[in-house]
Amino acid sequence: MEFPTNLYYSKDHEWVEVEGNRARIGITDYAQESLGDIVFVELPQVGDELAAGDSFGVVESVKSASDVYAPVGGKVVAVNEALLDSPQDINADPYGKGWMIELEMSDPAEVEDLMDAGAYRQLVKEEKGE
Amino acid sequence: MAGLKKTPLYEEHIGAGARMVEFGGWLMPVQYTGIIEEHRQVRNCAGLFDVSHMGEIVIKGPDAFNLVQKLITNDAARATGDRVLYSPMCYPDGGVVDDLLVYPQGEGEYLLVVNAGNIDKDFAWIRENTAGLAVEISDISPATAQLALQGPLALAILQPLTDVEIALLGYYRWTRGRVLGVDCLISRTGYTGEDGFEIYFEAGNAPAMWRQLLAAGQKAGLVPAGLGARDTLRLEAALPLYGHELGPAINPLEAGLSRFVCLEKGEFNGRAALAAQREAGIKRRLVGLAMVDRGIPRPGYPVLAGGREIGYITSGSYAPTLEKNIALALMAAGSVSAGAEVEVSIRDRLQRAVVVDLPFYRRTKK
Repeated sequence: MEFPTNLYYSKDHEWVEVEGNRARIGITDYAQESLGDIVFVELPQVGDELAAGDSFGVVESVKSASDVYAPVGGKVVAVNEALLDSPQDINADPYGKGWMIELEMSDPAEVEDLMDAGAYRQLVKEEKGE
Repeated sequence: MAGLKKTPLYEEHIGAGARMVEFGGWLMPVQYTGIIEEHRQVRNCAGLFDVSHMGEIVIKGPDAFNLVQKLITNDAARATGDRVLYSPMCYPDGGVVDDLLVYPQGEGEYLLVVNAGNIDKDFAWIRENTAGLAVEISDISPATAQLALQGPLALAILQPLTDVEIALLGYYRWTRGRVLGVDCLISRTGYTGEDGFEIYFEAGNAPAMWRQLLAAGQKAGLVPAGLGARDTLRLEAALPLYGHELGPAINPLEAGLSRFVCLEKGEFNGRAALAAQREAGIKRRLVGLAMVDRGIPRPGYPVLAGGREIGYITSGSYAPTLEKNIALALMAAGSVSAGAEVEVSIRDRLQRAVVVDLPFYRRTKK
């Protein structure tokens, strides 16, 4: 299981890649593995305003539907529309082709509330009961 | 997950890297490598399912036939010889206690195979119905393992491992025989829409049987398959699942199981209620839906036509063989017919679906 060190992580198992005041967001390797085969994705519209903690979309596996939450707040400036036709990209490449949205952050300091790779790895360990 | 029951194959599943989930009070493998992959393997080759969580109840005694006939809606007189009988078991109001398989075991003895989550409830219900009847009932579930070998290659995989000519066994027929040297009840039945076998045997033999079957079938493409694939397979075949398409508040006529309700056979639990409903007209019908718009219909989602709520989803999923999102829905009778467009309310958004004939998937017979 991968935990790239250049990313920030939320306790809801989303990752954030920060570049300036832009944040690219997706779900983690652990999240996709827990969900299993992903067969449907619902994404927001470009221009939508999100606060940190807002649900911005839905990821559905064969068995269940799960909300996905914005780890930081901001305005949606891009969505990965390719996922609508190939949601399985999230399983295959959660940190790459499986990205979900990009935000223009309203408060880049919110990133500081997120975990680094080491802390997130620890959280996953605990959730798996290891 | 304390307090959950485990099948004799629990350690095998853990060793195989299965993801375990709670189902009907049991800790069961939902998948090994992935639901879609396992589903396709069963449709194309074969899959092996641990279904040891299912319950086995034996009814024995001079009045065994009378008790079974009173309990089930189908005609117990047809459960003779090597025939396997499927039937709902109803309450007096026509609601469903469970759906089950009946295996006649010679004069005055029947084996009933019931759903895992209903074993205790069924046993209590059956016992309640024994007043004045000369019968003994016993729950042999803990001592019994059950495996389902399903898929087009199931026969080719199993035949060399058994001493009986199972190729001669018709669909919904059973026989006794040895599989890998173990005494089994071998039944040509299943819950996937494919050809296949369900085998019952003494629980202590389960780990060796599981390993040897998988090893013997490996070249043919046999894989272990979990409850996730079992659910998508049965949904494509439009086979009902207790708690979804059947339950105390859904009667078998509504669930499309009229051919398993024999009102002519004489008195049985639920007969008066079901006869009255047939006379007055069945109020709800189970129909098949295929999504036109994006979205996966899930149990409980409302179904609408012309802005009016006409029913709800009982089971729904992405269907790996059809590569579509499909559902079974319980709808007001006469509200729709095949080809009609309806809407499913998915997270408060109305998404279009079309009514389709059932089953969604039917295997091509050789």
